[in-house]
Amino acid sequence: MASLGELERAVMDLLWAGQEAATANTLRDLLAQSTHPQDGTAGHEGKDLAVTTVLTVLSRLERKGLVERERGTRPHRYQAVSSRADHTAELMHEVLGSAPDREAVLARFIGSVTDNEAETLRKLLGRS
Amino acid sequence: MFWTSYFLAVLAIALAWPVPILLSRAQWPARSPFTAMLLWQAIALAGGLSMIGAMLVYGLEPVGDNLLSGLRALAGMVFNNAPTTDLGFWHIFALSAAALLTAHLVFTLLLTYYKIQRQRRRHRELLDLLASPSADGPGTVVLNVDSPVAYCLPGGARSVTVLSDGLMAALEPAELRAVLIHENAHLSQRHHLLLWAFAAWRQALPWLPTTRLAQDSVNSLIEMLADDVALKTESKATLIKAIAIVASGSPTAPATRLAFGEPGLPDADPSQPGATGGTGSAGTTASRVSRLLSPQPPLPDALRAAVLAVCVLLLALPTALLLVPGLLG
Repeated sequence: MASLGELERAVMDLLWAGQEAATANTLRDLLAQSTHPQDGTAGHEGKDLAVTTVLTVLSRLERKGLVERERGTRPHRYQAVSSRADHTAELMHEVLGSAPDREAVLARFIGSVTDNEAETLRKLLGRS
Repeated sequence: MFWTSYFLAVLAIALAWPVPILLSRAQWPARSPFTAMLLWQAIALAGGLSMIGAMLVYGLEPVGDNLLSGLRALAGMVFNNAPTTDLGFWHIFALSAAALLTAHLVFTLLLTYYKIQRQRRRHRELLDLLASPSADGPGTVVLNVDSPVAYCLPGGARSVTVLSDGLMAALEPAELRAVLIHENAHLSQRHHLLLWAFAAWRQALPWLPTTRLAQDSVNSLIEMLADDVALKTESKATLIKAIAIVASGSPTAPATRLAFGEPGLPDADPSQPGATGGTGSAGTTASRVSRLLSPQPPLPDALRAAVLAVCVLLLALPTALLLVPGLLG
């Protein structure tokens, strides 16, 4: 059985790839067919995947604010809140942002480089 | 008692303003970053302690010969409704200020911790979905981003080092190793705890010069410490090249192309190193590179020992002034 984390990833990949909202049933079928190049295993394990498991995964993703449910339809149809690119941009914003209270969240190899620093670097590294 | 509060106030002011400014301008921290890091911690702790201590001792002066008897008398007033007539307006003011400042510092420390943890958790959740595992070992993931970016997200056993596709493409294997060692040094030396403490310190008292200077210096010093770890296994030229490539490809940097012609880069202009600290805007990246280009010997042992002694003294002196009279009396 694939772990919940792997399933969350697989479900998000499907939702990001698909254009429109999908039901848990559709997602379960897609998961059963697909083989994932990254982890290889999730694909055939998906065959005995229960719809309730997919619903669990979807509700976890919903709690994390990554997935939203279309109200009013039965069965519920789910879609990604933002695109993969938007989420990547969100990460990069956090990484590159230099607000004082953000600096402690992570440690970058190179902090933001000011114009002055770029100039100094250029001088130090032998004139370009 | 009276003199104690004055002495602590003078110490608090010295540690809040002139001392950090001098230390942030000094050149020696780049030579012995670990010692400098200890000194910054001692300054921050002693500064807070003497600030609170000075107000406390001043406020308790009429009711006790020393801090402990004063606190006992104060507890009597608070819990047993003993008469408060001994305390004048300024004494009560000082006591309230001491209590508020203590609460503010503790609260900010906890709030900052909570905020950082929340942002890290969110960040990790997104990484779990967006990043793919890297061949460079467990705890390293690759993010599909074109600009060269490397960072580590601390979180105990779930700490993770993140590299971007752009970084993997731009760096040679040895340079990539240098970056990984650098990031792992942050994690293994628990630099995130320092970042947290000094971020909270600044958050709590943003108008105090010492908090900004301390945070900037600490940010810089941990990079130097991590660089030193990387230098144990990778060559200096490799590390410099990695820094320069990442810095020049960083999206926040202006479009500057750096020359990587001569890998050794031995003859940097002797007038340049250290020139960056003068303006007050401590350029971390530039000072890292100039430190690598023209290395200075570490501080002599005697000087390092002297700085350590100052650290111990900074912490011991206010503590002793506050506690010893009470314990003796």
